[in-house]
Amino acid sequence: MTTVIDVEGISKKFKIHHGRHQSLKERMLHPKSGSTEIFSALSEISFKIDTNETVGLVGHNGSGKSTLLKCICGVLQPTSGQIRIRGSLAALLELGAGFQTELSGRDNVYLYGAMLGFSKKMIDGIFDDVVAFSEIEQFIDTQVKFYSSGMYVRLAFAVAVNVDPDILVVDEVLAVGDERFQAKCIDRIKTFQDEGRSILLVTHNADQVRSICDRAIVLENGIMIADGPTHDSLRIFREHLMDSATESDKSGMMSSINIDSVTTPNGSFDVRSGAGMHFDVNISSQTAYSGNFIMEIFTRGGLLISRSDAKGSPVNLVPGLNRVGIDLPQIPLLDGVYDVNVGIVDPHGSNVIAWREQAASIQVTYNGREGGVVEMGASIRQQ
Amino acid sequence: MDDAVPARAVRRSLDDVAFRTVSARASLRTRLRNLTSRRELLSSLITSDIRIKYKNSALGILWSMLTPALFLVIYYVVFSVFLQNGYPNFALYLFSGMVVWNMFQTALQSATGVIVYRAGLVKKVSFPREILALANVGASVVYFFIQIGVLVLYLLILGHAPQWDFLWILPFAFLALYFFTAALAILMSAITVYMRDMEHFIVIVLQLWFFMSPVVYSYEHSIAPQLHNHGLAWLYFMNPITLIMLTFQRVFYVATTVHSTIPPHGILHMLPTWPMSTYFYLNIGLVGVMIALFLFAEAVFGRLERNFESEL
Repeated sequence: MTTVIDVEGISKKFKIHHGRHQSLKERMLHPKSGSTEIFSALSEISFKIDTNETVGLVGHNGSGKSTLLKCICGVLQPTSGQIRIRGSLAALLELGAGFQTELSGRDNVYLYGAMLGFSKKMIDGIFDDVVAFSEIEQFIDTQVKFYSSGMYVRLAFAVAVNVDPDILVVDEVLAVGDERFQAKCIDRIKTFQDEGRSILLVTHNADQVRSICDRAIVLENGIMIADGPTHDSLRIFREHLMDSATESDKSGMMSSINIDSVTTPNGSFDVRSGAGMHFDVNISSQTAYSGNFIMEIFTRGGLLISRSDAKGSPVNLVPGLNRVGIDLPQIPLLDGVYDVNVGIVDPHGSNVIAWREQAASIQVTYNGREGGVVEMGASIRQQ
Repeated sequence: MDDAVPARAVRRSLDDVAFRTVSARASLRTRLRNLTSRRELLSSLITSDIRIKYKNSALGILWSMLTPALFLVIYYVVFSVFLQNGYPNFALYLFSGMVVWNMFQTALQSATGVIVYRAGLVKKVSFPREILALANVGASVVYFFIQIGVLVLYLLILGHAPQWDFLWILPFAFLALYFFTAALAILMSAITVYMRDMEHFIVIVLQLWFFMSPVVYSYEHSIAPQLHNHGLAWLYFMNPITLIMLTFQRVFYVATTVHSTIPPHGILHMLPTWPMSTYFYLNIGLVGVMIALFLFAEAVFGRLERNFESEL
């Protein structure tokens, strides 16, 4: 294990100008006009990333994750602190930002490669791979301005992943391209992991982080609020998501609904594999509300096993204490501890009204022969 | 498309690779080292600059010769035919000054707005930003050498020999020109981010500067007598372009004293009659000053660069 990215006490402050004039005449005429406000985008962020690590950087819009990423890539200079990097770094900040639309795809591959800091000789060596990966063979000598946005992004991604970087920094770019190309990109990222490279992935898609990363860092208003195993960090992220959603809601509805506890009739959360289970969810509400109920079950490794909802029958909350029952007729899980998250969302499913992460942990005991997560009950015999 | 995935060697160990500090405030030395380590990017940018500039024009890079040629014809007609300045071989005199001027002007005019124009790139990709300005200077160096080629061709056609024993001073004059142009290009590109007026302002300044340099007239003939009377000759030489231009003219135009083409064919002092050593020492001194100016420009750029993102 070698540290490849070492971030030490990074802070970044921006000056925000309000109505300042940019031309000389206006500045002369109104030397004092406009005010300047200091906005602190990052404060005292420190962490290290080693080889062989895939780290997710999560946070809401405006939490400072893009600023941090730009500092790491050297696009922005932090106000204080320093970042040290070992090995070559390819950043997918904004795919194709370095492209010159007047030039052909071929010329742009070389220019973009040079911008990422790779030599012409190196690009010569990987040129065919880049073209093959991007799947735009017949257009490689066409001016980039005639490319579709998908072709544009594919070419840029192909350059960045083929230049053989030691560190790959990816910013939300997996949201582009068609599904097949996305799968190909994820595939390539997994290959990178197997080869022991370091990857820093920035996203607000928790599922993507869960499926790719071993570790996650959570930013909130420029402050690092979590750094640890993906599972733990994401729990903190979700809890903060609830907190800030509650604060930002003016109607007061969200803060008025609270999931107090999840209990079982006999008080035990231990269950034999294959047996059923019943949860009671105790909710205190100050208002009447009708919405959908959601339950998720995760492995401790962060794998989502199941997400289910009230299946079209809304949960009608009344002021005071409410109780929602969850029946699991048969739990086909194998040995292990599983976390249960519960929450209430609005009828359209677009806003979370109340949420409780890790509301319960169930301990499943299993004494059969199968391995993995779920008992399939497969019978295997020769015919 | 599985074979698209290239076979890779075993990952190299990074234990022995030194850390590089990406973000802390870099010293001038670090900045220069970063700059020289990105030579490949500089040459890529220069080629793409030239390509894009002439991409969709029928005559292509020929324009880099045609434009100066047309100006040369205009100045020739105005000063030699209309105003009857009486300079013999005036086209050659013009040409040797204009190669210097063209490089300076082309570079400065294109570099002034370059950071603003390429804001998208500056905000998204990491590289030493001054490379954008230096790429414009590099492109103008390419045009400069094309024009020098044409100038040499012109000398051959005329059967006019340059001042061979002064020829070796030219590289020093060129170096001084390069560092001066690069320094101003870097400074202007950064200042324009904060004051967008610079882009318009530079056009006027360059126009004025052109007439403050001995391109269309002879310093020795038109300016020197008046300035010498007041002991102000040094003032004219505060313009570094002057010395560089005089050196080019001395090498290519050669003659210091000529007979006017206008009757009564009196004597004209075209160029200073300094000995070779004076040209050499002056140019060497100028190279030193210009390198210092370049370092200063780098340092200033480093300061101004810190707030680019809030201005772009």
